[in-house]
Amino acid sequence: MTTAQAEGAAGTLPHEPEKATLEGRNKVLAFWLFLGGESVLFGTLFATFLALRNQTNEGPSANELFHLPLVAAATFLLLVSSLTSVFAIQAMHRGKVAVLRNWLLVTVFLGLCFLVLEIYEFSVYVRHEEFGMTTSAFSSAFYTLVGFHGAHVAFGILWISVLIGQLVRKGLTVVTAPKIYVSAMYWHFIDVVWVFIFTVVYLLGKVG
Amino acid sequence: MDWITTVDHKKIAILYLWAGGLFFGIGGLEAILIRIQLIKPMNTFLDAQTFNELITMHGTTMIFLGVMPVIFALMNAVIPLQIGARDVAFPFLNALGFWTFLFGGVLLNLSWIMGGAPDAGWTSYTPLSTIEYSGTHGVDFYTIGLQIAGLGTLIGGINFLATIITMRAPGMSFMRMPMFVWASFITSAIILFAFPAITVGLVLLTFDRILGANFFDTSAGGNSVLWQHIFWIFGHPEVYILILPAFGIISEVIPTFARKRLFGYSSMVFATILIAFLGFMVWAHHMFTTGLGPVANALFSVSTMLIAVPTGIKIFNWLFTMWGGQVRFTSPNLFAVGFIPTFTMGGVTGVMLASAPADFQFHDTYFVVAHFHYVIVGGLVLGLFAGLHYWWPKMFGRMLSETLGKWTFWTFIIGFHLTFFVQHFLGLMGMQRRVFTYLPNQQFDLLNLISTVGAGLMGVGMLIFLTNIFLTSRKPADAPDDPWEDGRTLEWAIPSPPPEYNFKQTPLVRGLDAFWKEKTSGHKTMTPAEPVGPIHMPSATILPFLMSVGIFIAGLGFMFSRDDFGNAFMGFMFNHYLVTAIGLVITFGSMLLRSLYDDHGWHIEPEELEGR
Repeated sequence: MTTAQAEGAAGTLPHEPEKATLEGRNKVLAFWLFLGGESVLFGTLFATFLALRNQTNEGPSANELFHLPLVAAATFLLLVSSLTSVFAIQAMHRGKVAVLRNWLLVTVFLGLCFLVLEIYEFSVYVRHEEFGMTTSAFSSAFYTLVGFHGAHVAFGILWISVLIGQLVRKGLTVVTAPKIYVSAMYWHFIDVVWVFIFTVVYLLGKVG
Repeated sequence: MDWITTVDHKKIAILYLWAGGLFFGIGGLEAILIRIQLIKPMNTFLDAQTFNELITMHGTTMIFLGVMPVIFALMNAVIPLQIGARDVAFPFLNALGFWTFLFGGVLLNLSWIMGGAPDAGWTSYTPLSTIEYSGTHGVDFYTIGLQIAGLGTLIGGINFLATIITMRAPGMSFMRMPMFVWASFITSAIILFAFPAITVGLVLLTFDRILGANFFDTSAGGNSVLWQHIFWIFGHPEVYILILPAFGIISEVIPTFARKRLFGYSSMVFATILIAFLGFMVWAHHMFTTGLGPVANALFSVSTMLIAVPTGIKIFNWLFTMWGGQVRFTSPNLFAVGFIPTFTMGGVTGVMLASAPADFQFHDTYFVVAHFHYVIVGGLVLGLFAGLHYWWPKMFGRMLSETLGKWTFWTFIIGFHLTFFVQHFLGLMGMQRRVFTYLPNQQFDLLNLISTVGAGLMGVGMLIFLTNIFLTSRKPADAPDDPWEDGRTLEWAIPSPPPEYNFKQTPLVRGLDAFWKEKTSGHKTMTPAEPVGPIHMPSATILPFLMSVGIFIAGLGFMFSRDDFGNAFMGFMFNHYLVTAIGLVITFGSMLLRSLYDDHGWHIEPEELEGR
């Protein structure tokens, strides 16, 4: 499909509206760089967690604490939300604004469900297991690593919600497209981080 | 108001310069106070607590708030000009980076008047920095102030990376970029991969102190050495964040005043990349004495010594650039030439310290103090002086006085060697660092006196430099486009100071040292790569300032969230995190505003360009 045809299909937009302007390309590039920095951030948190994961200070250990079915459900929700954000970007590339908006709404909804499950999980630990921030070095490392990820999810939900509002007000343009594209990159990134958390924190905690 | 809302990289450079200069002055005064205390044995000028606060704040201020902003000032002023760009990739973020740095720095220094400065050393080693040993809010100011300032640095780093990758003028391939741009590019990459580590470290320490977490509390299963690993995986690359820009400056100044192209350009590029890579491999050489074991010590010893190879390549390339050149000893070049032997001496003691068995002797003595001051003051600060004297006419349109520049150089460099050369011997004789006094008749007395006199002389050098700036600012702005007459790179092809759009027409780059190449082929100006057309400019905005104010308020609120104010209203506001919330609402509200109201900027029309 040539560019001209693509523009015809999508109204006045080029095929990849997120990369149509220098500003858009800059945004995408800078966001890749930012994700590089974020990788170091989470890498350091993982290193801290691995160093302290067995330091339970006579408090609950990972094996006693974690309830895998709940975590698996949360993982499923988050992975699916990554898929729906792919659908959103595909819709954007086809120029279908309404479909794009709907898939973004689904993504935000799934993210919210994930967050609710995580808050529930934490509250169970704090209320019934007496496992709080101050219990042990393990608890501090757990809440900080998983909580940082949770904060990223919360920020992503707010961010994508604002972008949905923008999309409705201004439509899909070469200004809004890079923002949506970049937020999808962010969403994939926190999903990948969660895969590592699921493995390193939960699976290794249960069997390692 | 103009300065609070500006997004122009040249104005932000000047803001960075003044703010960095102010903090540099504060850090310098702290250093003078330290040296006065050590002028004689058993001195009672300062007490131990104040001394601890002074050494901590001197190190922290100089590294994070003094020299880094001045580096950023030069990067902001020069990078877009040298690559033929009209601005950086993200002017808005550029402003945001400056304001977060400034408010972080202000927060850190507020500690002096709000109940005690940080006192655990600039490395804030645990357990010294835990509540148990450091009970005031000092270390909280350290963790939260640096966190906010570090945010600004990270933003700046990403911005420069994107700028250099995407905004180069046509024809400027990576291997045609000036060395200062290369150095800034690699520096920004190090910032990107090093700063998030300290972000995490500071968060963990904050959580330990304010939320009662147990990361570094060994009685609850925590690990004190963990802090050192996190600190130095950031901290050692930080050394190269500081010195690589100085290398870049020297690589610009020496060819200009030797009237020769830089010897071994491509080896300089690869040496820079190699130094950055190795910089991440050597952090544990700061921790030989913590008991990592012989294997780890040996590996980190070898990798540390390896860094001498690319650094040596650079030193020899500068020497070969001067070899056979028509060297002019202007004040910028004096600083650049003075840099070479001074920095080399710092490098040699670095190799000595890299030897793990020897380090057990040198550890925490004045030998270490002498080493890193040779690298950071004798290397970086001389490099910054060279850069400031070199680019001053381009930044401000006024030539600094050559006579005063030479006076600055001689007083500063003599004072520097007086201060720090003798500290090598003090260290070898066993004088410990970070101790507020010493006993008489240990042969420390005379050398400490010399050191303090030297510090005073460095202070005199700084005062001469300030006088130079003051006198220059009263002169008319009449610097020519190419004031050193042998300018090689693109910034010398446009007026001093440059117009807000930098280049009326984007230049076409036909080789390394683009402007020099045009001049040697008989042209007076750069060949344009585009016709004269309307130039797009970003609009000024107050939002970066407001966002930083919000973060500042949130930081203060979080810091005092556990305090008992004895005042119902204050206690209510802080203990329920309401102050933190207000700050975050300001920040996120500003982000929301930025998101909702797209600002498309404005254009300068061709007629207007011709009219000027």
